[in-house]
Amino acid sequence: MLELEDVSVSLGGRDVVSHVSARVGRGAWLGVVGPNGAGKSTLIRAIVGLLRHEGHIRLGGREYRATERRARARAVAYVPQRPVLPASMNVTDYVLLGRSAHHSYLGAETAEDLSVAGQVLERLELASFARKVLGELSGGEQQRAVLARALVQEAPVLVMDEPTTSLDLGHAQLVLELTDQLRQESGLSVLCSLHDLTVAAQFAENLVVLSQGSAVLEGKPAEVLTKSTIRRYFGANVDVYHGPAGPVLSPARSRPSLGVTR
Amino acid sequence: MTITARQALEPAGDPREPIGTGPELRPAPPAAPLRPTRLRAWHLGTGAVFLLGSVLVSVLLGSYHLPPAQVLASLAARIPLLHVHSSLGPVGSAVIWQLRLPSAVLGCLVGAMLAVAGASYQGVFSNPLADPYLLGVASGAGLGATVAIVYGPAVWSTSLFPLPVAAFLGAVVAVGATFALGRSRTRPRSPASLILGGVAVAAFFTAVQTFIAQRQSPGDLTVVYNWILGDLSSPGWGPVAMITPYVGAAAAVLLACRRLLDALAVGDEEASSFGIRADRARLVVVAAATLGTAAAVSVSGLIGFVGIIVPHTIRLLAGPSYRRIIPLSLLFGAGFLVLANVGASAVLSPEQIPLGVVTAFLGAPFFLVVLRQSRRMG
Repeated sequence: MLELEDVSVSLGGRDVVSHVSARVGRGAWLGVVGPNGAGKSTLIRAIVGLLRHEGHIRLGGREYRATERRARARAVAYVPQRPVLPASMNVTDYVLLGRSAHHSYLGAETAEDLSVAGQVLERLELASFARKVLGELSGGEQQRAVLARALVQEAPVLVMDEPTTSLDLGHAQLVLELTDQLRQESGLSVLCSLHDLTVAAQFAENLVVLSQGSAVLEGKPAEVLTKSTIRRYFGANVDVYHGPAGPVLSPARSRPSLGVTR
Repeated sequence: MTITARQALEPAGDPREPIGTGPELRPAPPAAPLRPTRLRAWHLGTGAVFLLGSVLVSVLLGSYHLPPAQVLASLAARIPLLHVHSSLGPVGSAVIWQLRLPSAVLGCLVGAMLAVAGASYQGVFSNPLADPYLLGVASGAGLGATVAIVYGPAVWSTSLFPLPVAAFLGAVVAVGATFALGRSRTRPRSPASLILGGVAVAAFFTAVQTFIAQRQSPGDLTVVYNWILGDLSSPGWGPVAMITPYVGAAAAVLLACRRLLDALAVGDEEASSFGIRADRARLVVVAAATLGTAAAVSVSGLIGFVGIIVPHTIRLLAGPSYRRIIPLSLLFGAGFLVLANVGASAVLSPEQIPLGVVTAFLGAPFFLVVLRQSRRMG
């Protein structure tokens, strides 16, 4: 479905992402993890078409860069790390922005657009908030609204950049579980960067570890998240337990050595 | 089968165990049909009544007394199929059809343009205090008019076309300079760089205009400042015919872009992710608003605050969506300026207070209210 081959991104003359290759199949969930500054957000913004890149990003075998912007929006939906939420805009209008690529450029939404948005709002238990303004919603409700706006794009690929950063544990679970349900039911392909490695391991089928802009590890969460790799790439001293849902990381008290390889 | 958010948290045969119990969600009442924000018929009706009422008041009132019934009969006589006879004499008829009505229509065009341009600038720059003169239109037009008055033949100060044309050219040159300054070789033109470019250009053009003006005779100075303070008195239909194409084209473009203005509220990157070219949309909106404003001020002089007062009042009454703000700014902006002009004529009648002074009296306190509100909202 989504294929990255040798993708590099430079910002201000500096290589922030270097030669990353990865693949997300139909209905698969690929997690992107790495320490701060590893290039996760930059890679994701390149995938969504917000940054220029070198290498190849293909969608269904077709070069993504050559795709027209509106067609691209129908193919890949994006949940940014810190979405801009106009406080006085109501939930309906906000979510319907996600249908922009489905109706005429300057025109109004069609009945089909309203129907799709209605279904998504129902699905995310946001229907009763449809006329509320975004500023009146709690953090979790706002994040569901952002997810709803992305889902109404009806894109086969959902790209999320640390979608749970500003959420408490319960709301973070809610957003990720909902996404996972949709993935299982509709074959949605998900590429998602997450800060919390335990959570990433529970949802992603495969993980890519970025370090200094390069993909240094890729594989099943249990293979990738080991005590030694976490010490090496994250500079963290953790104990790793293997639960039924995947590896569970528990920080150990002793400080990591200063000589860690980042 | 539809699975709700709560059910999604329940264990469900998936080998992956749920992490724990999710947050309590608010109970969801049955869903009402989705109603996106749109312009409703009653919005348009209210705006149209306000506009027509304003025009009627401005045609009925004036320093030359005419019986209201005769004025109404004169207006009705020109409406096809009504078969009303006008009893107004030639002087009264000329006052209505060559002075009051052209001034009212000119007020409509200028007011509509300034209000819709203000609303558009506020949308594209995400700045509630943005006004139509943000990118140097006022200072450019002021310099153009000053040059025409000071260096042109004496007849230019009073004739119909050279002065507005010079003001229009000055405004276009100033905005062109703003766009050139706001451009960077390495990065796309950002809203912030455009605004800063506008500040620099406005400062420079105002300095040149002041330098030229202060070296002239008191007579020329009076003409310059009368123009700057704004005036809608229009002998005949010439100015109306002159700016109608510009204002009409600009208004049409801005109306067409009203949904894009809503989309720009989420920022360029997110708008881009759902298929909108934010930079291009911004350029089109700014170009249309600026060209229309340049045309408007070229015949009316500099009338401030219309672009602040009208859009913000509409925002308070009809909500924040540009789908409503843009069309209603056209209607209410037109009516507002026509009424302000009536006030400017009536307060010290038979003397006329400069229109820009009246709008400033109304606008300055309003501006402070908006400033306080936007500070409170962070």
